[in-house]
Amino acid sequence: MKTLARPLPRQLPRTLPRNYLPVLVTGALFVAMFVAGGIRYEGFATGQIILNVFIDNAFLLVVAVGMTFVILTGGIDLSVGSVVALTTMISASLLPSTPSILVILLVLAIGGVLGAAMGAIIHYFEIQPFIVTLAGMFLARGLCYTIGTDSIPINDPTFTSIAQTQIKLGPDLWISPSVLIALAVVLLATYTLHYTRTGRNVYAVGGNEQSALLMGLPVARTKIVVYTISGLCSALGGLLLSFYMLSGYGLHAVGMELDAIAAVVIGGTLLTGGSGYLLGTVLGVLVLGLIQTVISFEGTLSSWWTKIVIGLLLLIFILLQRLIVTTGATRDR
Amino acid sequence: MAEAILRMTGIGKEFPGVRALDGVDFRLLPGEVHALMGENGAGKSTLIKVLTGVYSIDAGEIELAGAKVAFTGPLEAQKAGISTVYQEVNLCRNLSVAENVFIGREPRRFGRINWREMRRRAAELLTRLDLSIDVAKPLSTYSLAIQQMVAIARAIDIDARVLILDEPTSSLDAGEVAQLFRVMRRLKEQGIAILFVSHFLDQIYEIADRMTILRNGRLVGEYVTAELPQVELVGKMIGRELAELERLDERPPARTSDTLVEASALGGKVAPFSLTIREGEVVGLAGLLGSGRTEIARLLFGADHAATGTVRIGGEQVNLRTPRIAMSKGVAFCSENRREEGLVPELTVRENLILALQADRGWSRPVPRKKQDELVAKYIKALNIRPDNPEMLIRNLSGGNQQKVLLARWLILEPRLLILDEPTRGIDVGAKAEIQKLVVELSDGGMAVLFISAELEEVLRLSHKVAVLRDRRVVAELPNDDTLTTDVLMETIASGAAK
Repeated sequence: MKTLARPLPRQLPRTLPRNYLPVLVTGALFVAMFVAGGIRYEGFATGQIILNVFIDNAFLLVVAVGMTFVILTGGIDLSVGSVVALTTMISASLLPSTPSILVILLVLAIGGVLGAAMGAIIHYFEIQPFIVTLAGMFLARGLCYTIGTDSIPINDPTFTSIAQTQIKLGPDLWISPSVLIALAVVLLATYTLHYTRTGRNVYAVGGNEQSALLMGLPVARTKIVVYTISGLCSALGGLLLSFYMLSGYGLHAVGMELDAIAAVVIGGTLLTGGSGYLLGTVLGVLVLGLIQTVISFEGTLSSWWTKIVIGLLLLIFILLQRLIVTTGATRDR
Repeated sequence: MAEAILRMTGIGKEFPGVRALDGVDFRLLPGEVHALMGENGAGKSTLIKVLTGVYSIDAGEIELAGAKVAFTGPLEAQKAGISTVYQEVNLCRNLSVAENVFIGREPRRFGRINWREMRRRAAELLTRLDLSIDVAKPLSTYSLAIQQMVAIARAIDIDARVLILDEPTSSLDAGEVAQLFRVMRRLKEQGIAILFVSHFLDQIYEIADRMTILRNGRLVGEYVTAELPQVELVGKMIGRELAELERLDERPPARTSDTLVEASALGGKVAPFSLTIREGEVVGLAGLLGSGRTEIARLLFGADHAATGTVRIGGEQVNLRTPRIAMSKGVAFCSENRREEGLVPELTVRENLILALQADRGWSRPVPRKKQDELVAKYIKALNIRPDNPEMLIRNLSGGNQQKVLLARWLILEPRLLILDEPTRGIDVGAKAEIQKLVVELSDGGMAVLFISAELEEVLRLSHKVAVLRDRRVVAELPNDDTLTTDVLMETIASGAAK
């Protein structure tokens, strides 16, 4: 927990607590789940359980960070899961013949370009993000199968060494390099959102795109940038998944876009845009991860219970958001 | 006389089928408040949009401080020192006050936004406008008036030489208007030229030094406010006699007809109230913004749920669960928010007109095209909707004419009770008189009208009785006899009488 809480800088001090409420609720939920798990199961309340959640969900965390940018502008990106799969597929197919650094740069570029293209189409042709990214989703998933229909193993020495490295944090505590990468992404993204003009423009566009335009903000650039960031994050998430799975496969990360959206929403970001924090997204991913851990500890429960619990949580959080928004609206009158 | 900071000469702008501006000259002096006057559709908005680069011009030229300019967008105009504050505050309510002032130009140190410096400078800037508020709070926590001040603060921080205020006062109450005027006077002293648009003549005469009048896209003239009596101004704006307006000033006699609507102890978002509306009676609702006027209307239309009380319509008790039930009982509701709740901008005048009738009949029984055309022609004529082309897209009509279409939509249903929520807000004098006249005619024909307006004169002119609201509570119900004046109404609102 401590490793998580410390590096996140204090965001806008003195903002209304109401904005923080969803994040606080998610944080409380996470703590409650952890405590409950610790009481119920032997060997649950250890630091490594939390670290494992990070290790098993580092790729999701990175993807969810990109998704947060998009949702903050009031958009949505359904293509992320497919781009993750495409990344694993391209990496796996190229690695035997190409240096790993080139492969990494290439897949990041592909993710970024795909995202930028979708952002540009969304903005300049004024098409719903849902439709454009749905098309992107089919495109990327389809491209996977043009490379191959079977799972391709990755034997590249760089990839396998990253996959097998354990960074010791103390006795019986370790994390993978992927966790460090994911946390670095979170920090960089938080800084971008709160201390750069681009980041503030993201919030402004999500708050009121028309106003943002009239205030002279670069709306077009901002919208294209968020989808580019999301594409880049998906590609990076795909690389982390390659380290984790050591294989490329067209069926990797099926439905991951929905997990990412769920994490962002559970983290308290409004789907209508303009309000939310990355800290919430981190907590959202942790909550999702911890649900899986709890269900695996339960042993007798089918893993599909994960989906049921996530579904219920989503419902609760969307209702909570609605409540906050409507009480806020009546107060504004 | 000082050299003009802004000079527009021979401006022409044409849209398909409409000549919006035709050889208009306009000049703005530094340190003056200049009112741009004209009916809706006279070309005021077009002139402003041309000036701020939203539209390009077909003819003429624009000079700013002696140099010829042609802006391609609001951003470019802003950079040149022409800032605009619109009626609908164009800020981001989810961001803090300080951010709204500075976004796009945030103070930075080593590329990192310096939040402390930004808040300090925002507070300083707002103090110059006599406003001391917590700039770290989200804009949405403040009233519309303060949001408008923030918009002005943003505008003047960009070193504005010309400040355009497009109907900034239409949703402010008297105190807020006074505050805005103080700010405007202060800016004037600093040499900023202010272009001011408002439909409230009293405000024009209070604040404007000079005015330019437009009619049908042409320049009528440029006048010094103090030298132009109000009656002449209105005459120049609408180009016809004011007899119609004055005839309305006779007080309507009280109605003694049968009771149509009887609400007893009805409550929801407003405190429980009782109200009866007779057939052919106009009942006015007076009160400040947010006093519960619209809430009462929504209760009677079934758009909000009543927590307590009962409603009888024509003697029969009705449970108004949905607007549909209210409509079937002959209640029609013309909402105050014509852009968001009423009109479908992408549809034509005819389609918009027919919408409520069609919904009433059910979608399985389309209104025959011939009947549509008949009805549409009838109402376009009756309400003097201009241009009288039923196939024109509604978004191309001026505000006043949009409002008439909205009214006609409900009139087609021949309702027994017509609820009008701010039907004349933001529309010009001519259209306003027409709508007021229509209300009188409808009530003479036996239709009951619940009339909501922020303008007390208007409420007084039309209503048979007035219910006064304050803080979401009906504080008084006053018959409109000789003793009732706007002063009495204001006092009742201010004191909240029966508390």
